[in-house]
Amino acid sequence: MSADHPSAAPMVRFENVRKSYGHLTVLDDLNLDIAPNEKVAIIGPSGSGKTTVLRMLMTLEEVNDGVIWVEGDPLTHMYRDGKLVRANKRHIRQVRSKIGMVFQHFNLFPHMSAVKNCMEAPITVLGLSRDEAYERSRVLLDMVGLGDKLDHYPGQLSGGQKQRVAIARALAMRPKIMLFDEVTSALDPELVGEVLNVIRELGEAHDLTMLMVTHQMGFAKEFADRVCFFYAGKIAEQGTPDAFFGNPQNERTQQFLSAVLEAD
Amino acid sequence: MTFEWDWAYTQEILPILGKASIITVQATVIGFILAALIGLVFALLRMSTLAPVRLATGAVVEFIRSTPLLIQIFFVYFVLPEFGVTMDAMTAGILALGLHYGSYCSEVYRAGLDNIPKGQWEAATALNLSTLTTFKDIIIPQAIPPVVPALGNYLVALFKETPLLSAIAVLELMQTAKILGSESFQYTEPITLVGLFFLFFSLVSAALVRQVEAWLKTRHGGA
Repeated sequence: MSADHPSAAPMVRFENVRKSYGHLTVLDDLNLDIAPNEKVAIIGPSGSGKTTVLRMLMTLEEVNDGVIWVEGDPLTHMYRDGKLVRANKRHIRQVRSKIGMVFQHFNLFPHMSAVKNCMEAPITVLGLSRDEAYERSRVLLDMVGLGDKLDHYPGQLSGGQKQRVAIARALAMRPKIMLFDEVTSALDPELVGEVLNVIRELGEAHDLTMLMVTHQMGFAKEFADRVCFFYAGKIAEQGTPDAFFGNPQNERTQQFLSAVLEAD
Repeated sequence: MTFEWDWAYTQEILPILGKASIITVQATVIGFILAALIGLVFALLRMSTLAPVRLATGAVVEFIRSTPLLIQIFFVYFVLPEFGVTMDAMTAGILALGLHYGSYCSEVYRAGLDNIPKGQWEAATALNLSTLTTFKDIIIPQAIPPVVPALGNYLVALFKETPLLSAIAVLELMQTAKILGSESFQYTEPITLVGLFFLFFSLVSAALVRQVEAWLKTRHGGA
């Protein structure tokens, strides 16, 4: 079994994954391997299924077919009598602990201060003491430049600050995989930079596998190891940023890129 | 027709009614605490992933809401003993109040729970919080403050229905006033005073509810 050779296993593997809502197929037979520490930018027009990729990996959506693997262990499934069956809640929770996610609309807990937002899961899930959780959260909030806003409530923070708290909150669980779902789309333009800077530093300073759905082509180009272009539920084209942006092969990619670059 | 207010009699019965008002307030406070808890339990059961639990709870809530409180009071006090469940009148009355208003409160909680944005649940999942922690720390603390005014209305409504307990001879305000009236054949003073008691306590509790509302609004940096 692949779990015997963790070093050989990709960090994330989508294997023949299909997702549909009724008649609408959102993802059609997706196969995608992501290496440890790899930074993958997922781009594509709306409705192309790109956000669904992240949401299925975070187990916010169930797959209709196929299996998602994390470090060689099945996430959506589990072994019973040597056969793969649908994972139960307990199994999902165990594997899911390796994954963290940052959302477009922050989804901070509005009734908790910034530091409490970060402390909640380490205390209740990992069993850290309040002091340990506070210290861990303080360090992370400091890292994202909010060391002076520990006791501020989300309602007292700007969009960019909220998103940085959300990043710190996800990191407090020490995930191996971080998912970023259009994390700058809800921000005023002048606040985009501060959030992207945090993500950039994160990628440089930590061993993290990162998947990000983004509309920031400039950032994808500079930050990602690989760019995946989704179109109509499939990966229409993927490659290094240089190849992808410099010499796109697929006609859809060319159309999409010329449309977004024109809009910039 | 001459009408005279008997001040001497008023002075005589005021302490007696004052004592009875303690029973009324007790029934209100305990009954409402019970209603608030039962309501929350009902509301949460109606969110269960198990369809039978959801449907059964819905049926119970609908049944309680669609039948008169007075009948429920009689039922708890006179019918449950047939099944071996015996309790004194005060306990039976409070239980009936709690159940009746609990089923109303459950609808209020349900509105509060339904209003929690989907993103809050998703964030809880992404942080791997357990279902229990998600409800206890994330969902319920956000669902309750917005529905406090509606719950407060039910507190006042429950309070005003406590005279129904006189039907099973709980010595609350109304029952005491009736006894006083039948002893002296003077109903005007005791019944009027009971009305004034209720007016006073209603205004006080409405003001309290508004205070709590205002306090809830200013927490969390006004967000």
